Amino acid sequence: MANPIRNLINRIREINEKYSKPRIKMSRPVKFALLALRIYLIFLIILLLYRFIITIH
Amino acid sequence: MFSLFLAIAGPGIIVMVADNDAGGITTYTVTGALFLFSFIWIEILLGPVAYICQEMTVRLGAITKRGHAEAIFDAFGSFWGWFSLLDLTLTDFLTIVTEFIGMTAALSIFGVPPLITVIVVICLIMSMVISGRYWTWEKIVLALCALNLIYVPAVFLVNPPLHPLLSGFIPAFPFGLTGTVIFFIMANVGTTIAPWMIFFQQSSVVDKGLQEKDIKYSRLDTALGACFTVICAVACIVIFATLLPKGNIQDAATGALRIMSVNRAVGIAVAIGLFDAGLLGAICISLASSWAWGEVFGWPHSLNHNFKAAPGFYVLRLLILIGAGIIVLIPGAPLILITLFVQVIAVTLLPAALTFLLLLLNEEDVVGKHKNTKIQNILAIIIIGSIIVLATLYAIGTIFPSLFG
Repeated sequence: MANPIRNLINRIREINEKYSKPRIKMSRPVKFALLALRIYLIFLIILLLYRFIITIH
Repeated sequence: MFSLFLAIAGPGIIVMVADNDAGGITTYTVTGALFLFSFIWIEILLGPVAYICQEMTVRLGAITKRGHAEAIFDAFGSFWGWFSLLDLTLTDFLTIVTEFIGMTAALSIFGVPPLITVIVVICLIMSMVISGRYWTWEKIVLALCALNLIYVPAVFLVNPPLHPLLSGFIPAFPFGLTGTVIFFIMANVGTTIAPWMIFFQQSSVVDKGLQEKDIKYSRLDTALGACFTVICAVACIVIFATLLPKGNIQDAATGALRIMSVNRAVGIAVAIGLFDAGLLGAICISLASSWAWGEVFGWPHSLNHNFKAAPGFYVLRLLILIGAGIIVLIPGAPLILITLFVQVIAVTLLPAALTFLLLLLNEEDVVGKHKNTKIQNILAIIIIGSIIVLATLYAIGTIFPSLFG
């Protein structure tokens, strides 16, 4: 049982290493798009948390 | 030339028709019953919108020979790669739960117990790949796509009133622009493009082995699929607008049952169509996830492999289907909550998947001469921007239902 899990963890490490550096040219539009996506996701998470909290209360 | 098109056609038609999944059919039926023929022009507008987004996946897949998940890992690094892969898997899993809800509800009309439906569906989906040939799988799925057009002959059985039907083709808001109308516009836009569609078609193009020279016919394939999806959506709206005007229905299965008391043949057609829509959705959505994991983990992940040659790919698909099926069978499972939650989770991935698609299609190193032209970019930015805004508002409306009245 330990072996498949260890293999999986090793494979994930390999994937992280293989794709550690983005290959796309970090031009201004690309940087802007990625920043906007991060802000968008944070906004959605805050919204969901807010909904979760008001539902509990 | 026509035989070449027949050989290349498939991924576009399948993804577009499967877009009218159980959730999509439910949206159209409720829309038709509530707003009669007034949403027909919106459905027609959404055809080109879906085409413009999906056509980009054709170019990206045919040129890079990579699925969307692998392309994201490679271009944007592991953070965005893992985010997309895990979010896609969660969204797909929950969407397949909704497909099973649709299929069990549809077959329960004919007295089939949900347990039997779930078992038969899973066996059917897995048996389609026994041959280990992409072509065989594609032919079976295309036959299911043809069955999805069952709503079209049903329209001729209901005799819709001609004048209101034709006025539905003219852009107007006869019910005003109330909160409910806006909410349903967003719901219909939300069913047009889903994250799994982007991943599915790109992987499908790669698995089929389509190449740069095939792009022209693949575009035609996608355009034809977009026409089918619009025809099916409009037919569904027309049936419910004619037979259940102002009918207070919550889902397609209830609608089919009520239609059966008015016109039995049409009610049966609606139920069969709903089952077929759920089945197509489950087939394609489970594949989208399995392909994505196979690409990233480097497992053999082609429908041209049999089970022995690609165990990880098929086992993952089977687990997704079994897991989703079990959830539907659990007594008292929060199925309505899951149905609502799918919209919210999908919205966390959709903007990222579409933005990555657009950025990759602007990289000459990635797609060479097939990069987006200025006009394609302007159109794509307008469409993707609108989809993101409307889908986000729809998700917010789902989280806070009082927002749109």
